[in-house]
Amino acid sequence: MPGITREEVAHLGRLSRLELKDEELDHFAGQLDAIIGAVARVSEVAGEDVPPTSHPLPLTNVMRPDEVRPSLTPAEALSGAPAQEQQRFKVPQILGED
Amino acid sequence: MTVTDLVSYEDALASYDPVMGLEVHVELGTKTKMFCGCSTTLGAEPNSQVCPVCLGMPGALPAVNATGIESAIKIGLALNCEIAQWCRFARKNYFYPDMPKNFQTSQYDEPIAFNGYLDVQLEDGEVFRVEIERAHMEEDTGKSTHVGGATGRIHGASHSLLDYNRAGIPLIEIVTKPIEGAGERAPEVAKAYVTELRELIKALGVSEARMEMGQMRCDVNLSLRPLGREKFGTRSETKNVNSLRSVERAVRFEIQRHAAVLSSGGTIVQETRHFHEDTGSTTSGRIKEEAEDYRYFPEPDLVPVAPAREWVEELRAGLPELPRVRRARLQKDWGISDHEMQSVLNAGAIDLIVATMEAGADAAAARKWWMGELARRSNEDGVELGALPITPAQVARVAALVAEGSLNDKLARQVIEGVLAGEGEPDAVVDKRGLKVVSDEGALGAAVDEAIAANAAVADKIRGGNLAAAGALIGAVMKITRGQADAKRVRELVLEKLGVQG
Repeated sequence: MPGITREEVAHLGRLSRLELKDEELDHFAGQLDAIIGAVARVSEVAGEDVPPTSHPLPLTNVMRPDEVRPSLTPAEALSGAPAQEQQRFKVPQILGED
Repeated sequence: MTVTDLVSYEDALASYDPVMGLEVHVELGTKTKMFCGCSTTLGAEPNSQVCPVCLGMPGALPAVNATGIESAIKIGLALNCEIAQWCRFARKNYFYPDMPKNFQTSQYDEPIAFNGYLDVQLEDGEVFRVEIERAHMEEDTGKSTHVGGATGRIHGASHSLLDYNRAGIPLIEIVTKPIEGAGERAPEVAKAYVTELRELIKALGVSEARMEMGQMRCDVNLSLRPLGREKFGTRSETKNVNSLRSVERAVRFEIQRHAAVLSSGGTIVQETRHFHEDTGSTTSGRIKEEAEDYRYFPEPDLVPVAPAREWVEELRAGLPELPRVRRARLQKDWGISDHEMQSVLNAGAIDLIVATMEAGADAAAARKWWMGELARRSNEDGVELGALPITPAQVARVAALVAEGSLNDKLARQVIEGVLAGEGEPDAVVDKRGLKVVSDEGALGAAVDEAIAANAAVADKIRGGNLAAAGALIGAVMKITRGQADAKRVRELVLEKLGVQG
């Protein structure tokens, strides 16, 4: 089975904004490989007649009517924010210097 | 910023064939968000319309808005699409603070509607078919305010502030198939398509689709290929082109820019570009991430949507008369040319004229006021026609006053001016400003006598049969009555007093 490469782990780390050390790349590559391998065994068992499943319950069309329900107050919404300003969530610089 | 090289539009078209792809986002006018019951009312205090679901709190469970699904199906049907028997939502993962969940709930390879078309009419009446790839459901993002930079831009900002009231408002993204064969008319086709789509969305009643409010936004994909070549060139994607005029300008600019790069031996980079309203130009944004970087996967918190065929057929049967069909009918009723109808459409005046007629005005008068005086004011003030502070009922009242002879056109314009200035209903403006036509025959007769006496030479010409000279006397009477006379009646009186047959 083709393994997960260090480069792939580094790429995923970048997309997830996780800083990974060299030894972690090797470590996670091995672990992710094991996980993917385990999941892949399911594909071996599932025949053509088994549709892919994305939800454990056989439900469709669960909908709610378009009726307004109370929201949180701004104070409640912001209560867990590490930083706030002008009743808004304050986040660090998005773009670094070009 | 470096100046972008361009070749002339004509030169670009002499060597290259443009291919477009248009992606339009429509914000639905539902009362609540797509996946939670938070209100969507505009202008609310920051972060006052948020809840654990749209803030992406752990353990919060989204639930789909039934009206959101219904609106998506209606749009799909009106675009002649097939409606999915079964489809799912997907997570589009990306790292950016405008979505607190770090993913946008969207649809990936199972859109609710696909494979349709929209016929659009160009200025000269030619009908161009734009094929629709898909229409899928997703949600809007929060609003960022960038602080510390020079002009509120993200570049140079020290930090940003997020208001999530908009995060989760239902969006329908409508994607065309590659639009080929438009040639030099590509900018016009793009504009006509977005115009027609806006009319369609409004007619369906699923959104007000006001571009200036961000309720409808367009991304323009464009590539060029050498004439005669089958294979598409590399495209650029110009984001957030937010007016009809800008859509046309963005396509035109990108054609000229691509042609300049290609004809000098360069290559087009696949990238996102930003459109600048002030200059009509585009500049480079970030290089587009690979599609697979979004790591789409089926949304596990939502179950599939499987619209029953009976429901779809019910919605199909309930579709309103489609805008192009309605326009053709109205154009015939009003007895105007393709070109005139196109102007009415471009001005966004169709519904206003219809409402004015429903309030009692005839077609010609309703069209004349909206497309004349009021269109001029809307241009001057830079607001949409429908946003002017005058109602169709008020315009109809002005038209009625003209029809009964109480106002002439000149006075009517002053009445409209008064209504726009907030002086009240047309009748109140007439009273306050003293704008009645002089209907007192005695006063009018005296004014005509005065004008004849002051212009004896002109009077003689008219007596001698030169009826064209009557205009000068009518003008003189208008001056004496300060414009408050009915020109037609004045003419009758002038001719009568001079003993000439009209």
